[in-house]
Amino acid sequence: MLTVDVDKRLGDFTLHASFEATGGATALFGPSGAGKTSIINMIAGLTRPDRGRIVLHHEVLFDDVQGISAPVWQRRVGCVFQEGRLFPHLSVRHNLDYGRWMSGVAADAQAFDHVVTLLDIGHLLDRRPGKLSGGERQRVAIGRALLMRPRLLLLDEPLASLDAARKEEILPYLERLRDEARVPMIYVSHEAAEVKRIANHVVVLDRGQITAKDGVALPGQAGSRKMN
Amino acid sequence: MLDLTTQDWTAIALSLRIAVVATLVTLPFGIAIALLLARKDFWGKSLVDALVHLPLVLPPVVTGYLLLIVLGRRAPVGAFLADHFGIVFSFRWTGAVISCGVMAFPLMVRAIRLSIEAIDRRLEDAAATLGANSAWRFATVTLPLALPGIIAGAMLAFARALGEFGATITFVSNIPGETQTISAAIYTLTQVPGGDAAALQLVVIAVVISLAALVASEWLARRATARLHGA
Repeated sequence: MLTVDVDKRLGDFTLHASFEATGGATALFGPSGAGKTSIINMIAGLTRPDRGRIVLHHEVLFDDVQGISAPVWQRRVGCVFQEGRLFPHLSVRHNLDYGRWMSGVAADAQAFDHVVTLLDIGHLLDRRPGKLSGGERQRVAIGRALLMRPRLLLLDEPLASLDAARKEEILPYLERLRDEARVPMIYVSHEAAEVKRIANHVVVLDRGQITAKDGVALPGQAGSRKMN
Repeated sequence: MLDLTTQDWTAIALSLRIAVVATLVTLPFGIAIALLLARKDFWGKSLVDALVHLPLVLPPVVTGYLLLIVLGRRAPVGAFLADHFGIVFSFRWTGAVISCGVMAFPLMVRAIRLSIEAIDRRLEDAAATLGANSAWRFATVTLPLALPGIIAGAMLAFARALGEFGATITFVSNIPGETQTISAAIYTLTQVPGGDAAALQLVVIAVVISLAALVASEWLARRATARLHGA
């Protein structure tokens, strides 16, 4: 379980985000520039909130009053970025192994095979990221984040750089991930259709303010269908 | 075709040795300074930047003279090193390594700094989220991605060190077998009546070595770049 309560000055507005995420997939939904990625970066530890507290599974990751700010590399929060950010100088296999190397965990062939099968990337293992299609790249990025055994998975618009057909190619994998991986997910998106398919809970964000939580009508859809 | 004397061969071997050692010794410092200048903002940064570039704009003789009054046998630092550690640079080939290293340093730092600045820092963020601390991020992401620039910088430094003349001759003189490099030997030969033919031979050698270094650096850099982009 993740508890977030943070403030951060962003350009001409102040982001104020306070929400909880339990198991399953929680979507951070809102237009571009609403502050969604900033929230993700604060949870990952890549940017520092001005004020507030972030707690993951009873461990305080950030608390300005207590002066706690766990370094990124110790948080064990897996990230899938919009552009994949695969290491161009490493093969797909080594990209997948990177998190395990860095945490000094012994190879677990079963876990590796499971993730490779789940994401259907077995035929790509010996390739370099430069030779992958957009959809393949994002699947590998998801696999890389999963194989570090994260306590929480952050997905920052993982489909935004892909065309409609490629999105359709990845979405089923994300649904399987939500149902099988048992890692809580925070899913950032500005696409109502995506959020509707992936998320169990929705946090709606606009110009740094949370305007709705859970069971809400998603704007930008024909009519206003209810979530959940 | 070439009719080289023992002294010529000695000068060639010495030039290569000095250039290789100067490049290898300065490389770690070059990478460290390049990283500092590319990544950190600190008080006095432009001063450090200017100091690094100084040998590029100063007359080489001035650089050599400055080395002499700092590291010479009777100079403060030079005397200290000689008395306490038995390290002497003046009139030794190791002194030539220092002068060549100093002269080559700015070129090396520039090339490496450019390649570090071109790295997408978000890749390092990604490595951090995967559990890599700063040392591991440097070793597994920054360094390999900067490799083409590091190779280019090392090769430039090698070529510069090979051609160094002014600072070296001022600091450690022109002693056959100890500090007489190809450049110094050519200079000496041109001062002797009838030495032109012998000088020309060394000129040919110098051209060949420099061209070989250039071709090797192009080839290495291209290979390293290809590796990065998944060939």
